[in-house]
Amino acid sequence: MSITYLEAIREAQAKALRDDPRVFIYGQDVGAFGGAFKATKNLAKEFPGRVLDAPISEDAMVGAAVGAAIEGMRPIIEMQFADFSTIGFNQIVNQAATLFWRTQVSCPIVVRLPFGGTSGGGPFHSQSIETIYAHYPGLVVMTPATVEDAYAMLLEAVAIDDPVVFCEHKLLYYHLKAEKLPTEALPVGKARIAREGRDLTIVAYSAMVHEARSVKPLDTDTVMASVARTGRLLCVGESWPWGGVTAEVIARVASEGFGLLDAPPMRLNAKDTPVPYHPNLWAAHRPTARSIAANARKLLRS
Amino acid sequence: MLLARLLDEKFATLYRAGKIQGGVFLGRGQEALSVSIGLALHKGDVFAPLIRDAAGRLAFGETVLDAVRTYLGSPLGPMRGRDGNVHRGKPREGYLPMISHLGAMVSVVNGALLAHKFKKISGTVGAACLGDGATSTGSFHEALNQAAVEKLPLVLVVANNQFAYSTPNASQFACAALADKAAGYGIAGHTVDGTDLSACLETVGKAVADARAGHGPQLIVADLLRLCGHGEHDDASYIPAAQKNSPQGRDCLKVAEEKILREQWADKAVLENWRAEAAREIETIVAQVQREPAPDPYEEDWTALSTKNFQEGLE
Repeated sequence: MSITYLEAIREAQAKALRDDPRVFIYGQDVGAFGGAFKATKNLAKEFPGRVLDAPISEDAMVGAAVGAAIEGMRPIIEMQFADFSTIGFNQIVNQAATLFWRTQVSCPIVVRLPFGGTSGGGPFHSQSIETIYAHYPGLVVMTPATVEDAYAMLLEAVAIDDPVVFCEHKLLYYHLKAEKLPTEALPVGKARIAREGRDLTIVAYSAMVHEARSVKPLDTDTVMASVARTGRLLCVGESWPWGGVTAEVIARVASEGFGLLDAPPMRLNAKDTPVPYHPNLWAAHRPTARSIAANARKLLRS
Repeated sequence: MLLARLLDEKFATLYRAGKIQGGVFLGRGQEALSVSIGLALHKGDVFAPLIRDAAGRLAFGETVLDAVRTYLGSPLGPMRGRDGNVHRGKPREGYLPMISHLGAMVSVVNGALLAHKFKKISGTVGAACLGDGATSTGSFHEALNQAAVEKLPLVLVVANNQFAYSTPNASQFACAALADKAAGYGIAGHTVDGTDLSACLETVGKAVADARAGHGPQLIVADLLRLCGHGEHDDASYIPAAQKNSPQGRDCLKVAEEKILREQWADKAVLENWRAEAAREIETIVAQVQREPAPDPYEEDWTALSTKNFQEGLE
């Protein structure tokens, strides 16, 4: 018996629906069809009237989630692909993210973003856009990198009172497996040390390596403590190179822990182009095990 | 209507005296339509007014005190100096504070109505106010279609005041009448002369009653003219004189007062008394709010999340 990252997301939603009558799911094709990736498979049947198909209207989907949240509901919005969330961007960053600041009424919505590259996805089904959401105040941005985290963090995303952008890497959907669902988890905002070491700190998130579980809040303390041990920092992300999570981590370490560094910190991101379609190009566009290892070796020699 | 007009005029005076930070936006010429919406709504309904809805806001239950506190940035107001002018509301009371992006509030009203459905609350309606310019946005389209698909009791009120800032209708849309759009969404459409209070009360009242009775979303388009600039910084010199002098350019407040006198529901002295009373209330409240402390950045908690330990950047 094993469970995939995708099944964990489905199970977390089933549990949220079961445990909390305020929860409902709204998104394109999430009803009887079960979602483009089947993250809501059978949920419409198990929870009649609470898993609703939405028209192709990302703006109105998020707007409606905000209105329902104001009235005490806990909506989960499924974006079919993270890339399409740009249509709902205004409602996420201007409506949901500002509500609590402006009115002291919280906005407990979860926007699930299936994100990141898969072979053949191309420019509009592959984007990693956690950075742009993390830039805005008033949002929590989660990037679970394990099956256990996908489950536990999605439940926490539903439970907390703030809008959460929940980034699910599509590459992990079927590839990551665990023996069983977790019964306890690290708190959100706390990074995981995937492997202890003395030589080099590699900070990554989601499908890259497992460390930063939420990019906002970002667990600077854990990174800093690790850099204090290793003196070397490599930050890896699948998103584009201008600004972003890797830049943020390096900026924090450089400004708050400059003296801890024995070598200039290094960043590794995707290339500054749209995500290419052909697997040959795609494989060279983003950081890979090989490019990460090569950069790590380079950093160790510097 | 009268209270809203005088309150707006007070804000304009304060603006000219440099007492208000940011813009001031008046509802001059739109009060008949606006007040009709506020009056048709009940407690438990949802209301998302726009920038020219001082009348509707007051009729829905907003106090002059909250309005003045928001315009003057008082920390005691509902927005506590964090947001200002027309961006005010009390979401828990169904009174939604607009963001600036036009059309964006409509789906929020839909969501509140959807929540009522989940909570088995029936007989409530939600009203959202827009101008002619907002009908060109994607949000307008998405939300109206969403309301239609979910058969929500949404009343979408479009004040067609002929100009979106300086852009005339001719550059905004090409259909013969905005209300014709209702057919495209499969919902009911209504048109009304926005300068005529009686007509507005009747049309808005009927649309709200229809929505309340379960007949689905209602689109109301009111024809009127904005009798001021977009904001008080704008002299509206682009509005042609002929249009100002047309029936569309009638002042709805004057029209209503004339009707009251004609029908002998009240005489001139009573009208004068109403005006004096409203003005006195406003002056008293403005004087009170002007004595209130300004927001203090050292008292501000600078937290945009209700989960405090997730807030970044705090010392």
